[in-house]
Amino acid sequence: MGFLDIDNTTKSYGAVEVLHNVDISIEEGEFLVLVGPSGCGKSTLLNMIAGLEEISSGEIRIKDQVMNGVHPSKRNIAMVFQSYALYPNMKVGQNITFGLEMHGTPKPEREKAMREVANLLQIEQLLDRKPGALSGGQRQRVAMGRALVRDPDVFLFDEPLSNLDAKLRVDMRTEIKKLHQKLGTTIVYVTHDQIEAMTLSTRIAVMNGGYVQQLGTPQDIYDTPANIFVATFMGSPAMNVVPARVAVENGKPMARVALHDGTETALPFSQDNMADWDGKDILLGIRPETITDEDAADRKSSNIAHMTNRIVVTEPAGSDTFVTMTMGGKDVIARMRSDAEVHPGADFTFAVNMEKAVAFDPATEARIAP
Amino acid sequence: MMAHATQDTAIRTGRAVRMLIYLVLVLFALFYMLPLYVMLVNSVKPLDEITGGGMMNLPQVWTLAPWAKAWSSAQIGVEPTGLSPYFWNSIKMVVPAVAISTILGALNGYVLTKWRFRGDTILFGLMLFACFIPFQIVLIPMARMLGLMGLAGTTWGLVLVHVVYGIGFTTLYFRNYYAVFPTELVRAAQIDGAGFFQIFWRILLPSSGPIAVVSIIWQFTNIWNDFLFGASFAGADSQPMTVALNNLVQASHGVKEYNVHFAGAILAALPTLLVYIVAGRYFVRGLMAGSVKG
Repeated sequence: MGFLDIDNTTKSYGAVEVLHNVDISIEEGEFLVLVGPSGCGKSTLLNMIAGLEEISSGEIRIKDQVMNGVHPSKRNIAMVFQSYALYPNMKVGQNITFGLEMHGTPKPEREKAMREVANLLQIEQLLDRKPGALSGGQRQRVAMGRALVRDPDVFLFDEPLSNLDAKLRVDMRTEIKKLHQKLGTTIVYVTHDQIEAMTLSTRIAVMNGGYVQQLGTPQDIYDTPANIFVATFMGSPAMNVVPARVAVENGKPMARVALHDGTETALPFSQDNMADWDGKDILLGIRPETITDEDAADRKSSNIAHMTNRIVVTEPAGSDTFVTMTMGGKDVIARMRSDAEVHPGADFTFAVNMEKAVAFDPATEARIAP
Repeated sequence: MMAHATQDTAIRTGRAVRMLIYLVLVLFALFYMLPLYVMLVNSVKPLDEITGGGMMNLPQVWTLAPWAKAWSSAQIGVEPTGLSPYFWNSIKMVVPAVAISTILGALNGYVLTKWRFRGDTILFGLMLFACFIPFQIVLIPMARMLGLMGLAGTTWGLVLVHVVYGIGFTTLYFRNYYAVFPTELVRAAQIDGAGFFQIFWRILLPSSGPIAVVSIIWQFTNIWNDFLFGASFAGADSQPMTVALNNLVQASHGVKEYNVHFAGAILAALPTLLVYIVAGRYFVRGLMAGSVKG
């Protein structure tokens, strides 16, 4: 049993099931991110952990205590809402201590806890202000303070950064990560932003259509996505997925992919089990950063393939240059060094790190290799 | 209050057009103020100046005697008590009726938006009917009910009638106000451990200033100005101001003291005016600033 167990849990509204048999278990101190497009059920799942939505079937346990039907205030959780949900009529200090007051904590203890949290989040100078007088980032801190002061078993974050501007969002992201490392608390965090998911989490649950598509460490999710949805949802730019045909040549399985002019190139697989797919069509997944020029190819890789293809568009982004080409009739993006000599309309020899390539079954869209 | 209106305007107008607009507006304002002017000047004249004609003239002799008489010694019905006891009757009726109907409306709005249940929309729809039922229809059933409850002819009977009648409106106001009140605040309070009434008192009510003012003004004006229920259900010692004013003005014996009537009419209208002046500016104040992303 883990610290937080979500056991075969479903959620239905009338006859409509919106969450299907979710199974997640995390240990104490883990940072679980629920990520997915809007409407995937991630916020519903979070609300079920919080007790704000009823559990239709299955069980949610915190510290081995079954939480089904337990009132939100008795679950020893704290939640940070997307809109911060600060009480507009109370000062920051009262906002932070309201939960303690409702739980009957004596005033001196409340004051002490408030000072500690304010100190931790550096909001001491704001304690006597009303939420209306605060900036977005300050409100965000107060909302976190209100959660921290309760010293709960589990923190729940519902898209806490989506109302901040881009720069502040990155700062607060680091801030949350620091806080997690410092306090070692267990966090469940909902976001639709895959970069937040990758950077913050120790474990990611990628959700779509009410199903958990994959549960794993950020590295698992990125390197070995369970299916095409996970592959293309995580990572920016998205993983390139191109149709290919498997052919065994000289005993080695190769992916035959059409280039811009219809000629085919053969990219050798690193996985011998791909020979089972000899003669069959597959979908080949290649991350943009694994298509480079010869000089930038990963020297530790044992399987660098080369192909010459025509460059359609180049997009210099400062640190990198994104190069678009056509493979298997689809646009494919390569992430090149900014000083790579690439010109639109010219032919260029790319180095493809096939060790990192992923193959999917075109019928089920599930991963077949590695 | 409207100081930035000129910088904030959507349509730019020339000076001549602007002058014309103001001229028309001032004329309209004067026209609408005319009845108040007539009431005021005639309430501070001796009676012979009024009966001598010249209703629009300023008084030659200024006197407050009609006001004093209307308040404390004019003949109301059979007693020469003036309007003052009836004024207090009205206060004793209006204050609890407004307070109770506003608080009940707020509670209804809170439940109908934040503690939704099956059939809540239908219930709300039915409550809205109360806003459309004409007073006259309920007179006889209400009289019967008051009799059964032993409240006939009492101030509390009138309070009950006005609360029942006003609750549809107050519920409508608060429901619509709370419908856009962020539900996340209620959820946050639930997680913080606040109960049903704690959330209501500590979170919702303190943020309800503007709508509470709307509800209070609406209820105060309606209940204070009500004549029909007062005339129908009040006993001799619970008659409100409006009924007494009618008895003063409609008296069929003696000389018609127009100056006293005018003074009495102004006295009867003063409380509602006062409520507008004191509370009117809260109408437009947004007390919700800062609860969610602003």
